[in-house]
Amino acid sequence: MEPDRRLWRFHGGLHLPGHKRLSNVEPLDIVPVPARLIHPLGQHVGIPSEPVVEVGETVQRGQPLSRATGYICSPVHAGSSGTVVAIGPHPIPHPSGLDGDCIIIDTDGQDMPYEGYPPLTNYRTLNGPALRARVRECGIVGLGGAAFPTAVKLNAGAGLRLLILNGAECEPYISCDDSLMRHRAAEIIAGAQVLLHALEIRDCCIAIEEDKPEAFASLEAAVRRADDNRIEVVQVPAVYPEGGERQLIQVLTGEEVPAAGIPADIGILCQNVGTAAAVARAVLYGEPLISRVVTVTGHGVTRPRNLEVRLGTPLNKVIDHCGGYTDEARHLIMGGAMMGFALATDAVPVIKSTNCLLVGSDADIAPRQPASACIRCGECAQVCPAQLLPQQLYWHARADEFDKLDPYHLFGCIECGCCDVVCPSQIPLTQYFRYAKTEIWARERERRQSDHARERFETRNQRIERAESERQRRLEAKTRALKQTRSSAASKAVIDEVMARVRAKKAADERDAENGDGG
Amino acid sequence: MRFAPASPPHLRPATSVSRLMGEVLLALVPATAAYVWYFGPGLLLNMLIATTVAVAAESAVLALRGRPVGAPLSDLSVIVTAVLLAFALPPLTPWWVTATAAFFAVVFGKQLFGGIGYNPFNPAMVGYVVVLISFPAYLTQWLPPAGFDLAAVRPDLGATIYYTLSGQLPDGLSWDVIGGATPLDQVKTQLGLMRTVQEVRAQPLYGVFGAHGWEWVNNFIILGGLWLLYRKIIRWQIPLAVLLGLMLPATLFYLIGPGTYPPPTFHLFSGAAVLGAFFIATDPVSAATSDRGRLIFGAGIGLLTYVIRTWGGYPDGIAFAVLLMNMAVPAIDHYTIPRAYGHGHD
Ligand code: SF4
Ligand code: SF4
Repeated sequence: MEPDRRLWRFHGGLHLPGHKRLSNVEPLDIVPVPARLIHPLGQHVGIPSEPVVEVGETVQRGQPLSRATGYICSPVHAGSSGTVVAIGPHPIPHPSGLDGDCIIIDTDGQDMPYEGYPPLTNYRTLNGPALRARVRECGIVGLGGAAFPTAVKLNAGAGLRLLILNGAECEPYISCDDSLMRHRAAEIIAGAQVLLHALEIRDCCIAIEEDKPEAFASLEAAVRRADDNRIEVVQVPAVYPEGGERQLIQVLTGEEVPAAGIPADIGILCQNVGTAAAVARAVLYGEPLISRVVTVTGHGVTRPRNLEVRLGTPLNKVIDHCGGYTDEARHLIMGGAMMGFALATDAVPVIKSTNCLLVGSDADIAPRQPASACIRCGECAQVCPAQLLPQQLYWHARADEFDKLDPYHLFGCIECGCCDVVCPSQIPLTQYFRYAKTEIWARERERRQSDHARERFETRNQRIERAESERQRRLEAKTRALKQTRSSAASKAVIDEVMARVRAKKAADERDAENGDGG
Repeated sequence: MRFAPASPPHLRPATSVSRLMGEVLLALVPATAAYVWYFGPGLLLNMLIATTVAVAAESAVLALRGRPVGAPLSDLSVIVTAVLLAFALPPLTPWWVTATAAFFAVVFGKQLFGGIGYNPFNPAMVGYVVVLISFPAYLTQWLPPAGFDLAAVRPDLGATIYYTLSGQLPDGLSWDVIGGATPLDQVKTQLGLMRTVQEVRAQPLYGVFGAHGWEWVNNFIILGGLWLLYRKIIRWQIPLAVLLGLMLPATLFYLIGPGTYPPPTFHLFSGAAVLGAFFIATDPVSAATSDRGRLIFGAGIGLLTYVIRTWGGYPDGIAFAVLLMNMAVPAIDHYTIPRAYGHGHD
C-alpha cells in the first residue's frame, strides 16, 4: 500500500444527517421495462437534440432517437424496443415545471437490442478522439446530476495530469453512487482505465466519503483485482458539499479552480463514478446510456431502495415498484435534500440526471418558518464553501441592487444551500441568490438584445445617410450636366424628363431604404 | 398525484434568533447569582425595571409602526438588551435612571433604525451612555462587595427598593456607611491624588487579580462566555481581540511605569471588560461580520477602552469604545471582504 494521500479541507461546509440507511440497506433492485417510455430531447446541459426517428417507426433498445445539433449537445437512445407513438411536448422533470419535446415509445416487451455500436474491447489501440466519439454517440453525460456532455469534458486538451472520480456523494438521502460502487465496482474501475487511456494520463483518484466503508472496500478490492497502480481509492471526510467538483478538488489537491475557469485549467478532470461506469459500458459493451441507478427514498415511499431504471420510465412506475406512496407523501423532490428541486407531478420520466427521488414527508421536509431580519451573525459566511458573504449578497439581492453584488461574487455561489441551513433568521438565502442570478441573466439578455437593436438602428441610419449623400452627389452631377445642356440650348422637354427621372429614382431609393431595415 | 411545491435546500435551520438570545440569557445566570451575592439584590430589581420598560417601549414602537408585536418580541433580543443594561448599571440605581436607559436603548438604539438587524449601535450601550451623560452622579455610587468587611452596613432588600423608588437612602443610611466607588473609579481618583498603584491596591477593596467580588463576578461571566463559545453562539474572534486589545497596552504601560499604571490583570478583572468582551461586543448586529473584521473590531474596542480608562474622563471605557467601533463597522466590513474561492490570493 502506498502512504496515505495528504488531504486538505475546503472552507465551511456542514455535517448533515445523511439518511442514507433509509435507501442503501436493500440490495440494488431493477425496475421492469414499462409499457411506455418518455425520452425528452433535452436532458443535458446545452441545446436540445433533434429527432432522427418518425412516429410509427419501430426502434430497438439502445437505438439513437435523436442526434446532437451542436457541440454541447447529446443524443438520446431508446430505453427498450418498441414503436415511436408520438414526438412532441410532454411534462418533463425541470424546475420550471414547463413541458419539453419528447419522443414517446410504446414498448413491445421484446427488449430487442440495437446492434449499431460494436464493442470496442480493443480500446487500447484506439486514440482519444475515437473514444470521445464513442462516448459522444452513446449519449453519455455527467450522471452526478449536472448532465454535462462527457465527450465535451473529455476534450480537455494538453496539460491534464489527474483524473478524479467523484464518489463522495455528500448530499443527504442520496445513495445511488454508494450502491453502484458496492455492486458495480469492476465497471467503475474499467471506466477509469478507459478514461485514463483516452486522456493519456497516468493518475486517477477515486474519492469516497468515510461514511461509505462498504463502497470503499469494494472499490479497493476491484482495484487490486485489476492490478492497476494508476488508480488510487481515497477516503475523504464526510462533509457537505464535498461532492461539489471544486470542493473535492480542493480536498484532494489543495488547489482552487480559478473562478472564471474550469478544473482542466489546473490539469484536473473530474467525473462522477456513475459516468465512469457508463463510459465503460459504452466502450466495452457498445451500450449507450439507457439506464441508470436511481435512489428512491424518504418517508413518503413504502420501500425505499436503489434501483436500476431504464431512462424514460415514468416516475410513478418507479414508485409503484417501490410499493407506492405512504400516507405521509407530501413532496416529490428530484435530487437530494439540499439541491434537489420539487416536482408537481410524477407523470414525468426518469432522465439522465435523475440520481434520486426523494418522496418527502413533513418530517423529511419541514415547512419553512417565516423569515426575520438578518442579525448579521455571519454563520452563513462561516459555512459557505465558496467563501462568500451570503448576508451581503442577500442584502443587495433583496434590494434588487444587482450592480452592488460585484465585489461579493454572486456567480461564485454553487447554490449548495449551506447558508440557509444555519441561518437563525430562517432567511431563504439560496432562493434569493437563484433569483438574483436569473434576474441578472435576464437583464444581460435584454441589454444584448437592445444593443443589437441599437446597432441595427444605427446601421439603418447610416445606410439612409449614405443613400442620401449619394443621391445628392448624383443630383448635383445631373444638375451640372443639365446646366451644360441648357447652355447648349436644350429644350425644356429634355430638362423635364431628366428631372422626372431624378424624382422617380429618389422615391425608389427611399423605398429601398425603408424596406432594407427588415434584415 | 400532485405534490407540494418547495424550493431547495429542503433542510431547515436547527437554530433561531430566540434560541440564540435564550442561550445568552442562560449564560448570564451564574454571573447574575455571583453579582447578587456580592452586591445585593439591586441587580434583579434593575433587570425587572429595564425589562419592563424595554418590552413596553418595543411593543409601543412596533404598534406605532404598524408592525406585528408578537414575533419581534419573541426573539428575546429586547430582553437581552435590558439584562445587559442592568448589568452595566450600579446595584443601587433609581428607577427613572434605569427606565431612561432602557427607553433610549430600545427606541433610539434599536427601533428608530428599523428594529433588530438594522441598528448600527449596540442598543444596551446607547442606553447606558445616555444615562451616563445625563445622570453621572447616580452612576458612580457602587456598593462594595459583601464578605470583606468593607462597609459598616449593607442595605437590605427594603433599603434597596426604597432607594430604587426614591433615589434616596432610607433614614439612618448614607453613602458614607454603605458606599464605595467602583474599583476603576477609585484607582483613577487615587492615582489623581498621587498615590502609587501599589498603595491603592493594598487597600482592602482589592483582591488577587482585580477587586474583591468583581473578580468572582467576572469569573462567572467568563464561564458564561466560554459556554457561549462552546455552544457556538459566539465565535472567539471578538472576545479574544477585545481582551488582547486591552491587555497588550496595559502590559506595556505597566512594564514601563508599574507605579503609575495598574497591571493588566487588574484591567481584565475590574469593570466591564469581560462582560464587554463576551456579551456586549459580540452583539452580531452591530459588530463586524467577517473573521478578520471581527478581530479588528474587537481589538479596536480593547484599545479604546484602555485609552479611555487611562487618559479619558470616564473611569470605564467599554461603552464608548463599543459605540465608537460600531461606527467603524461599515468601513471595517468594506475592507475585510474575504477572498472568495477561486479568486487568487490578491
Ligand atoms: S446566517 Fe442569516 S442572520 Fe446570520 S448573517 Fe447570515 S443571513 Fe444574516
Ligand atoms: S448557497 Fe451559495 S452563498 Fe450559500 S453557502 Fe452555498 S455557495 Fe455559499
